[in-house]
Amino acid sequence: MSFLVTEDRASQKTVIWRMIAGLGVAAVFLIPYAVMLIGSLKTRSEILAIPPSYMPREGAQWSNYLTMWDTPETPVAYNLISTIVISLCATLLVLLVATPAAYYTARFKFPGKMVFMFLVIVTQMLQPAVLTAGLFKQMLAMNLYDTWLAMILINAAFNLAFAVWIMHSFFASVPKEIDEAAQIDGAGKLRVLFRINLPLVWPGIVTAVIFTFVSCWNEFAASLVILSTAENQPLSVALTRFVGQYSTAWQYVFGVSIVAIIPVIVLFMLIEKRLIGGLSAGAVK
Amino acid sequence: MSVATAPKRTTKRSSAREGGSFLAALPWIGPALLLILAIVVFPAGYMIYNSTRKISQVGTDLKGVGLDNFAKVFADPALPRILLNTVVWVVVVVAFTVLISLALAQFLNKPFPGRTLVRMAVIVPWAASVVMTTTVFYYAVDPNYGIFNKFLTDIGILDGGFGFTKNAVPAMAVAIVVAIFVSIPFTTYTILAGLQAIPNETLEAARMDGANRWGTYLFVILPQLRGALAVAVLINIINVFNNLPILKIITGAIPGYSADTLMTYIFKVLQFDRRLDISSALSVVNFAIVLVIVAIYVKTVKPMKEV
Repeated sequence: MSFLVTEDRASQKTVIWRMIAGLGVAAVFLIPYAVMLIGSLKTRSEILAIPPSYMPREGAQWSNYLTMWDTPETPVAYNLISTIVISLCATLLVLLVATPAAYYTARFKFPGKMVFMFLVIVTQMLQPAVLTAGLFKQMLAMNLYDTWLAMILINAAFNLAFAVWIMHSFFASVPKEIDEAAQIDGAGKLRVLFRINLPLVWPGIVTAVIFTFVSCWNEFAASLVILSTAENQPLSVALTRFVGQYSTAWQYVFGVSIVAIIPVIVLFMLIEKRLIGGLSAGAVK
Repeated sequence: MSVATAPKRTTKRSSAREGGSFLAALPWIGPALLLILAIVVFPAGYMIYNSTRKISQVGTDLKGVGLDNFAKVFADPALPRILLNTVVWVVVVVAFTVLISLALAQFLNKPFPGRTLVRMAVIVPWAASVVMTTTVFYYAVDPNYGIFNKFLTDIGILDGGFGFTKNAVPAMAVAIVVAIFVSIPFTTYTILAGLQAIPNETLEAARMDGANRWGTYLFVILPQLRGALAVAVLINIINVFNNLPILKIITGAIPGYSADTLMTYIFKVLQFDRRLDISSALSVVNFAIVLVIVAIYVKTVKPMKEV
């Protein structure tokens, strides 16, 4: 909280203006999701009514949130489990693989480093959407077609680049002298990474984790091609099954969307506190 | 500059001491390398291979045709408009995203009651999948049952429902707004993380030197944000360039290619014309363009602080 004092001693009037502006900002970012929530509470006929109503005229249909789990279109409960398992495992894999790579490339020179970093950035430029044909063929060959593991590997591989990059730039901002001092004191590289660098690069790791998890959670194109069984598919793909050629079950599209969004927001609430904690720790230093 | 050269010498000494061989690096970068080679390199190679083949519409590989597919791609009369759309799409979305995010991050870095809640609100479009967010926008601007159209009619801006997604230009505009909307959270948070990494001492020193707000921002804060900003811009360029769902959902119903970028065009060629060979060639072109842009960017901006 030290910045409260040093950054600016805001007058009460300034603080009130900031709160009003904050309210405006929040509204802009929340309105589309309010539309989503309200839509999810309308009946099927009402959501397609012309002209539309702002609020559900026939009362909020909370029952949509019960009936959406049991529709002929897709098994939403299974879709939720698939999404959770794939996203968690892929995020963990990314962290395990990206942290040492980011640290080492930010700290040490070695032959082939530029090639490695180039390869990483090339990965970032290629997205699963461009490569679906090849991924499909490959997963068939590896006997992983229509499995969670396939999507865990694909999600991890395609999100690795960002994690390496963001952590690389955070590691690079930690003065090397700190490492060197620790090494002179006899600490090994792993110890230097865990004890000295990780606490300092917390904001970077948090950013990398959030980015990876959210991107896995919302992955669409590859899942569409790799996961053919309805039960294995994540929510993002399941959603499209409600979009019919002639009429769309918008209330379910929005209901499933809301259910998919809430866990990610909760996760972020948990991490946001850590982010602030890590930051105030950094400010003390 | 002189400050930069001093630690460089130290590094050289230390890396010599730390054994700068590829083998020493392998335990650290090996897992990442393996994952990339196994999951990304093969499909990429397959794409390049397909771009030199003639493949029937049912997927039978007929024969190698060298660069014929590329000749066809470049002779395509739809290509200039698609390239123009792609440039407009990337430049407008990234520019507005970064400008808005810089301001927003600055604002969210200031203390006020309820700031955490506002930050949460800003994260929501990031938490939601792009497909979901785009879908709700698409629904809202529907000329018949769309809420946004009704709102514009009710407050008197429109006389009746307007088909935002029926013509290329308004549809592109809607898609651009959606793309900016979903890109802001990530960009803002990256800048925010950068802002919070700036030591208070630096800001205090600037204040004591009598720098005003804008002076402090331009000459003290912005240079410190360079790393965070460089990465954010780069990731945005790549993501926006490669974005498929937004345009696919918003402009997908428009006949012809007047609202297509390279990315959506690739999918139309694959989905409707069923030409894996041509679409692979387009993908290679798409990839080459991203590669060139990124190479120029990396060369000029140097987003990686190199040792």
